[in-house]
Parts: sequence; structure tokens; C-alpha cells
Amino acid sequence: MRTRVPLPLLIPAGIGLVFLVLPLAGLLLRTPWSSLLDRLAEPEVTTALRLSLVTASIATVVCLLLGVPLAWLLARVEFPGRRIVRALITVPLVLPPVVGGIALLLALGRRGLVGSWLDETFGITLPFTTAGVVIAEAFVALPFLVISVEGALRGADTRYEEAAATLGASRWISFTHVTLPLVAPGIAAGAVLCWARALGEFGATITFAGNYPGITQTMPLAVYQTMESGDLDGAVVLSLILLIVSVTILAALRDKWLA
Amino acid sequence: MTASLAACGSSDETGAPADGTTGPITVFAAASLTESFTTLGKQFESSHPGATVTFNFGGSSALATQINQGAPADVFASAAPKNMQAVTEAGTPTTFVRNQLVIAVGAGNPKGVTGLADLAKPDLKVALCAEAVPCGAAARTAVEAAAVKITPVTLEQDVKAALSKVKLGEVDAALVYRTDAKASAADVDAIEFPESAKAINDYPIAVLTNAKNATGGRAFVDYVLSADGVKVLTAAGFQAP
Repeated sequence: MRTRVPLPLLIPAGIGLVFLVLPLAGLLLRTPWSSLLDRLAEPEVTTALRLSLVTASIATVVCLLLGVPLAWLLARVEFPGRRIVRALITVPLVLPPVVGGIALLLALGRRGLVGSWLDETFGITLPFTTAGVVIAEAFVALPFLVISVEGALRGADTRYEEAAATLGASRWISFTHVTLPLVAPGIAAGAVLCWARALGEFGATITFAGNYPGITQTMPLAVYQTMESGDLDGAVVLSLILLIVSVTILAALRDKWLA
Repeated sequence: MTASLAACGSSDETGAPADGTTGPITVFAAASLTESFTTLGKQFESSHPGATVTFNFGGSSALATQINQGAPADVFASAAPKNMQAVTEAGTPTTFVRNQLVIAVGAGNPKGVTGLADLAKPDLKVALCAEAVPCGAAARTAVEAAAVKITPVTLEQDVKAALSKVKLGEVDAALVYRTDAKASAADVDAIEFPESAKAINDYPIAVLTNAKNATGGRAFVDYVLSADGVKVLTAAGFQAP
């Protein structure tokens, strides 16, 4: 039995699908496939790709370490100003990434709020370092994780936690042994989203971390630089490599964790 | 022919210009032209009622790519001939100014930079333009002429981005055009260095063959080449070609 789909829904849904898929088709049709493997063998490309994968993964771990507790706080604890905190967390979502990069510079740059102290006290400067890339990526990706995990926590049945508490479990034990396993799929979904966002990060990275091959030049920056140099074919090929790698990894993760 | 007619028409003060120089004129120009072209655009608009000039400033290579991908531009002003050649629909370009590199440092030159050799010091953070853009190509030529080895911390996509890293204090020095340093004289000091004479950039300008408003574009180019235009450009620190 086929579900009868009302036309007022079907038409915009179809247009929406085409709108999302058409640019990708443009990329695929324009790709000089023969040069794909040659490009993949170029050291600049492999360096940028490796840097992208490593920094996005570290950024995801950072987001998990900071984001899960933050999500738990938002979902389970009543505290004054909770709504404001939640609104602040979503700011990086709506902030243009370049603005995020400028904000990071003003906070963590060499002359920044905290950055000048880091520089004077420990001699640490974050811009133009791989750590800077991780920070930029984590900044834009963290809200995705927090929102996913908070949603999962709110959807989870609190009776298990209450049962654990009545059986004498501390809040920490109840969190690690009951809550975390309960919302594990939500955390995994948030982490995947977070990783994908970090992998595609461009604006905050080029503004805060700069662009230097091997240190801060991730794949999106390499794509931009290739495009800037007038090599459109090269930029298309690099875009496609990034697309294939991310889709492959996301699909593999989905089967493993999110089925 | 049309060019000289348009130039005559611009002095017509009756309101509607006789040369048909009306409507929007879209100018794609190198980032280093931002200040002077903004001024020229305003002057042009007041002497050509009915015409509006819209600018798209950026790295010359990116602008060239955008034009080749069909971005609607009437005029292209590039910071190097190479990027002009890359534009397949460019008309006949004219070199209208030249620009030279300087070392931009923070106000008061806190690190005491005196020349290119100082930029090789390991404790100095340096920003250069990426080689794909004209300021980066010029920087490479100058650095090679000086036979020094500079390891930048970042390769910026246009000259303004490199300069803003100096303004923010994130880098100690950057190689930028003299005109850019001059436009930001309140925040940065410009250190001249002899090797920059070996890396002078010629700036070509052209009306694009596919221009929607070719008449307007031609009139704007003529205005840039006119005595009024030269005055603004030399005041900004550009050299005559």
C-alpha cells in the first residue's frame, strides 16, 4: 500500500531535494576525474587532508569532554540564568565563522583578553598553530554537540536515574552508569555532527589560525587557496576529495553507531 | 572614439549625461585599491549623475576566477598583469599605476625592524601574502632578491588580510604595498627596503568584453586615467606607470 502524498507537500519537498543535490551534481559533473588520483598523491593535498582529519577529530574529543557535562547541566540542573546560558551556547551557530575568528583573536590572540596573559606568563601563542585550528573548529562545532546531547538527555527517562539514586548511587555513579549509557546514541549522533562541522570549518580557522601548509592549512583552506590561484579544476578536485572522505567516514560511523 | 566622447560627456553639468553614462557600474578591483577607488567612485558619481559605482574588492586572483565564472563585472582592475591575462573576457588593459612593497610593523616599530634581513629572525612573526596573489608574488621576488630566508607564520589571501594581522598585533611584520601601509598609517609604520625596487607591481585596468554597462565602464576607466584620478591615486602612494 502506497502512502498518498499530498501534492502541496510533495512539490516543495522535491524542490528542496533538488536544491540540495544540484550543487553537488555540479561539482561531480565538473570534476576532471582523471586527475583525482594524481591530486590525491600530491604531498600538499595529503598534508592538508591529514591535518583536517586530525584536527577535526581532536576538536570532537574536546567538544565531548566539555560539551557532555555542559549539556547535562542544561538538561538536569535548575540554575538561575539557564535560559541565557542556553542562548549563549547557540551563538556560534548563528555567528558568521569569520566573526567567530575575530572574536577568538580578541580573546586568545597575542593581544587578546586571555591570550596576552598566556603569552606573557607561559610564552604560549595560539594563532598560527595547529592548536589554534583545533580551537577554531571546537568553537564552531561545540554547540552542535551540546544541543544534540541536551535533546537526548531531555528525551531520556529520568526514572532510571531516580531508581539508581534510591538504590544508593551517588549522582556521579548514576551519571556514568545510568545516564551516559542511556543517551549514548544521542552523544554519538552529536559527535558525528560535531566532527563533520569541524571538518568543514573555514572562516574561523583562516581568521584565527591563519593559513600555512602543514601547520594550519586544512582542506577547506587548501580548496580556497587553489581557487584563489585561478586553478578552478584543482579546487573542484580538492572539494570532491574532502566530500568523498567525509561522506565515507560518516556512512561508516552511521552503520556502526547510529543504525 | 567612444572613450573620448565619454570623457567629454562627463563635464556636462546639465544633469542627464549626454554620453549615456547611467545606471550601475560594477568594478572588480584589487584589495589594495580599496581606499583610492572608493574615493574615485564617489567623485565619479557626483560628476556623473545617474551613474552608481559598486565595488567588489578582493585578492586579484579570486576576482579573476569570479569573473571567469560569470560574475557580473564591467571593469576589472588587477594588482598584476598575470591576473588580468587570466580573465578571458578582458578587453585591452591599460597600466594605470605601479605599487611597491614596504615592511609594515606595529606603530612605533617595537621590534626595531630596519630591513628585510630582520624578518628572518626566528623570534619575529611574519605574515606574507600567498604566492597566488600579486602581493605574495612580489614578496617572493623581493625576498629572493635580498637572499634572505623568511619563514612566515601565515600566507594570507590578500594584502588587507596580511595588514590586519599586523594591526591586531598577531604578527610583528608583514610585506604589504606602500599604499596599504599609508592608508593605515595610524596603526602601522612602513619601513622602506631597497629590494622592493626589484618587485614593483604594474596595475592594469580594463573594461570587460562581456560588460553589461560597457559605456559606464569605459567612462569609469577614463576617469581613473584622468588628471583627477591620477591625483587621488598618487596621494594614496601609488606611482605613475
